Amino acid sequence: MQPTASIADMPLLVLEPSKGFVRPNLGDVWEYRELLYFLIWRDIKVRYKQTAMGAAWAVIQPVMTMLVFSVFFGHFAKMPSDGVPYPVFALAALLPWQLFAYALSESSNSLIASQNLITKVYFPRLIIPIAAVLAGLVDFAIAFGVLLLMMGYYQVMPTAAIFLLPLFVGFAIASALAVGLWLSSLNVKYRDVRYTIPFLTQLWMFATPVAYPSSIVPEQWRAILGLNPMAGVVEGFRWALLGQVRPSLPLLSVSVVAVSVLLIGGLVYFRKTEATFADLV
Amino acid sequence: MSETAIRVQRLGKHYRIGERRQYGALRDTVTNTVSTSFRRVAALLQGAAPPAMPPPSNSFWALRDVSFDVPHGGLVGIIGRNGAGKSTLLKILSRITEPTEGRVEIRGRIGSLLEVGTGFHPELTGRENTFLNGAILGMKRAEIVRKFDEIVAFAALESFIDTTVKHYSTGMYMRLAFAVAAHLDPDILVIDEVLAVGDAGFQKKCLRKMEDVAKQGRTILFVSHQMNQIRRLCDTCLWLDGGRLRQQGPTAEVTSAYEAGPGVDGPRPGDDERTAARFTEWQLVQPGTGNTNILDTMATVTLRLFLKVNRPIRYAHHGIALFGAERQLMWATATDGIHLDVGVHQLTYVLPTLPIRPGNYTWQVSLYEDGQLIDLWDCSPDLIVATIPRTHPRDAWAGCLNIPYEFESELVPVEAAVVAAGPA
Repeated sequence: MQPTASIADMPLLVLEPSKGFVRPNLGDVWEYRELLYFLIWRDIKVRYKQTAMGAAWAVIQPVMTMLVFSVFFGHFAKMPSDGVPYPVFALAALLPWQLFAYALSESSNSLIASQNLITKVYFPRLIIPIAAVLAGLVDFAIAFGVLLLMMGYYQVMPTAAIFLLPLFVGFAIASALAVGLWLSSLNVKYRDVRYTIPFLTQLWMFATPVAYPSSIVPEQWRAILGLNPMAGVVEGFRWALLGQVRPSLPLLSVSVVAVSVLLIGGLVYFRKTEATFADLV
Repeated sequence: MSETAIRVQRLGKHYRIGERRQYGALRDTVTNTVSTSFRRVAALLQGAAPPAMPPPSNSFWALRDVSFDVPHGGLVGIIGRNGAGKSTLLKILSRITEPTEGRVEIRGRIGSLLEVGTGFHPELTGRENTFLNGAILGMKRAEIVRKFDEIVAFAALESFIDTTVKHYSTGMYMRLAFAVAAHLDPDILVIDEVLAVGDAGFQKKCLRKMEDVAKQGRTILFVSHQMNQIRRLCDTCLWLDGGRLRQQGPTAEVTSAYEAGPGVDGPRPGDDERTAARFTEWQLVQPGTGNTNILDTMATVTLRLFLKVNRPIRYAHHGIALFGAERQLMWATATDGIHLDVGVHQLTYVLPTLPIRPGNYTWQVSLYEDGQLIDLWDCSPDLIVATIPRTHPRDAWAGCLNIPYEFESELVPVEAAVVAAGPA
C-alpha cells in the first residue's frame, strides 16, 4: 500500500456556476494534449479503416475537382491563371480550400458526433473541434504529394517563398477552427446548423479565389475580398508555392484581422456555452 | 474533519423540461426573440412599462440545496429512486455539467466512471481501445503503457487484444472496458452503477477490485440500486429524494430507512382502449391493516389485480412473477386456459405466507393469448415488512428470504452425548 500524498498538497478544484465573462481555458487544453493526440489518431485510423479506398480519397477529391475546373474554367472559360498552367493554379488553391472545408464541416459536427463522450466524461470540450480540424492535415499531406508531382510535371519551380507555406497552412487551420468553434457550439443548440454547412461551404468556395485569381476582382474591392479569410489563405498559399503574384497586402491584413476576431470570439463563445453542452447535446 | 476531500454546499441544478431531449430549432428562437422584442418596443413606444420576459414555462430542480462533506478516504454510497438526482449530482462532481447554484470544493485528482467503455470504437482493436479509453478517462499515455499488461490480464483477453472490438462478445467488451476503468487511480473516484453489468462472476471480481481501491485510502462515491453492494462497500450513505438530500449517515441506518420508505402502488397510470386487455391496478390486501404497503409476511397476504378486458379472450395465459431488487427471480407461477369476457376482472392470489426481506420488489404480471403478448406490467411497490427480520445481521449473509425459525442450544447430559457420538 502506498501512502497517499498529504491532502494539503492535492490540487483544489472549485465548481461553481460560471458567471459573466469566462476566460477561454487554453491551459486546460495543453494539460489534455495526450487526449487530443488520441482523438486525432482515432479519427484518422477509423476513417482509413472504414473506407474501402482509404487514403485514395485524399487524392481523388482534389484531383477530380481540379480536372473539372481545368476543363470548364481553364479550357472553355479561359480563366486567367497568373501565368501558371491552370491545373497547377487550381490544385494549389484546392488543397488549402479542401483542408479548410473538410476541417470546417468536421469540426462543426464534432460535438454532436462526440455526445457519448460529452455526457460521460470531463475534459476540455475545446479538444473536440480542435481534433476534428487537425485530423484533416493527413489528407492534406497526401494531396500535397500529388501537387508536388503536378508541379514537377508542369515544371513549375517553387521560390524561396515556400518557407512561408506552413504559415498559410496554419492560417487555413485557424480559419476553419474559428468558424468551426462558432458552428459546433451553435450546432449543439440548433440542429439547423448541420444542414447549412454543405450549403455554406459551397457558397464560400465561390467567394474564394479558388477557380479564379483575385486579380480579376477590381482593385478597390480586393481588401473587401479579404474579409473572407480564405481569400488571404488561398492567395498566400499560391504565392508561397508557385511564387507568381504576391498577394495584395491590404487583402492579407484584412484576412488576418478577420480570422483573429472570429477566432477570439469563437473561443469566448465556445467557453461560454460549453457548460451547457452536456445538458443539450 | 479537516481532511475533507469533497465539500458540497447548497448545490442545485436547474433544468428546463425538454431541455435534455429537445434541442431548439433556430427558427423558434428567432421568431420568439423577434416577437418579444417587438412587443417590448411597442409597449415602450406607448409609454407603458415593458412587459416582463415570460418565466421559463416548464422547469424543475433536478437537485436543490444539497450539502454534504466527504472525508478523505471515505466510501460514500448514494442511493435514491430513479430521478432522485443521483446522476445529476455525479455529473456535477465529475464536471460534465455545471451547477446552477451552490459550490463544490474538491481536493485531489478526481476521476469518474459514469459508464464503462466510454469512447470505445468498434473498428479499433482491444489494444487501441485500451489506450483511447484510458486517455479519455484521464490516464497519461505512460501510465497506460505501464499498466497495460495488468489491464489485459484483469480482462483475461490476452489472446484477443489485437482483435477488433466489433468481433468481441458483449462479455469480452465489458471485461475490457471495466479493466481499463479499474486501473484508473485518481484520489477521488466517482462511480455510477457500472457494476450492474457483466455476469455474476465478473461483478464479484469488480467489487473486489473496488474494495482494494478503497483500502488504498482513496475516496469513493458510489451510486447503486443494489443495496447489498452499497452495504458491502460503503461506510456512509446519502439518500437523495426528489433532488434533495433526505438522509445521510451510517450505511446501515440510511439503507434500511430507504428500503422501508413508502413506494408506489395502486392504479396504473394511463389507459389504452386499443389493446385487448390491460392490467389497471395492483393491491396488496391484508386483514387488519389498512395500508396496502405494510406487510406482515408471516400472515396471509392477498394480492389483487384488476384487469380491464376490452374484447372477449379465450384460453388466455396469465403469469405472475416476483423479482428482487437485483432483478433476481424470487417466485413465479402461471395459469392457462382462462376465459375473459369484456369488463373489469379481479384476479386474486392468496399467499398463506410471503417470507421475504424488506426491500424493493417488482411484481410482474402478464397476459398472453395464443402465445401473443397482450399486456405486461411491472409494478414496483415498496413493502414495509412488519415482521422482525429473521436474517443474518451481516448483509452478505442475509440472503433473500425471511424464514421464521426457532433455534435452541442445550447441554446434552454426558451419558447421552457419548451414545450420540458413538464409541470412542
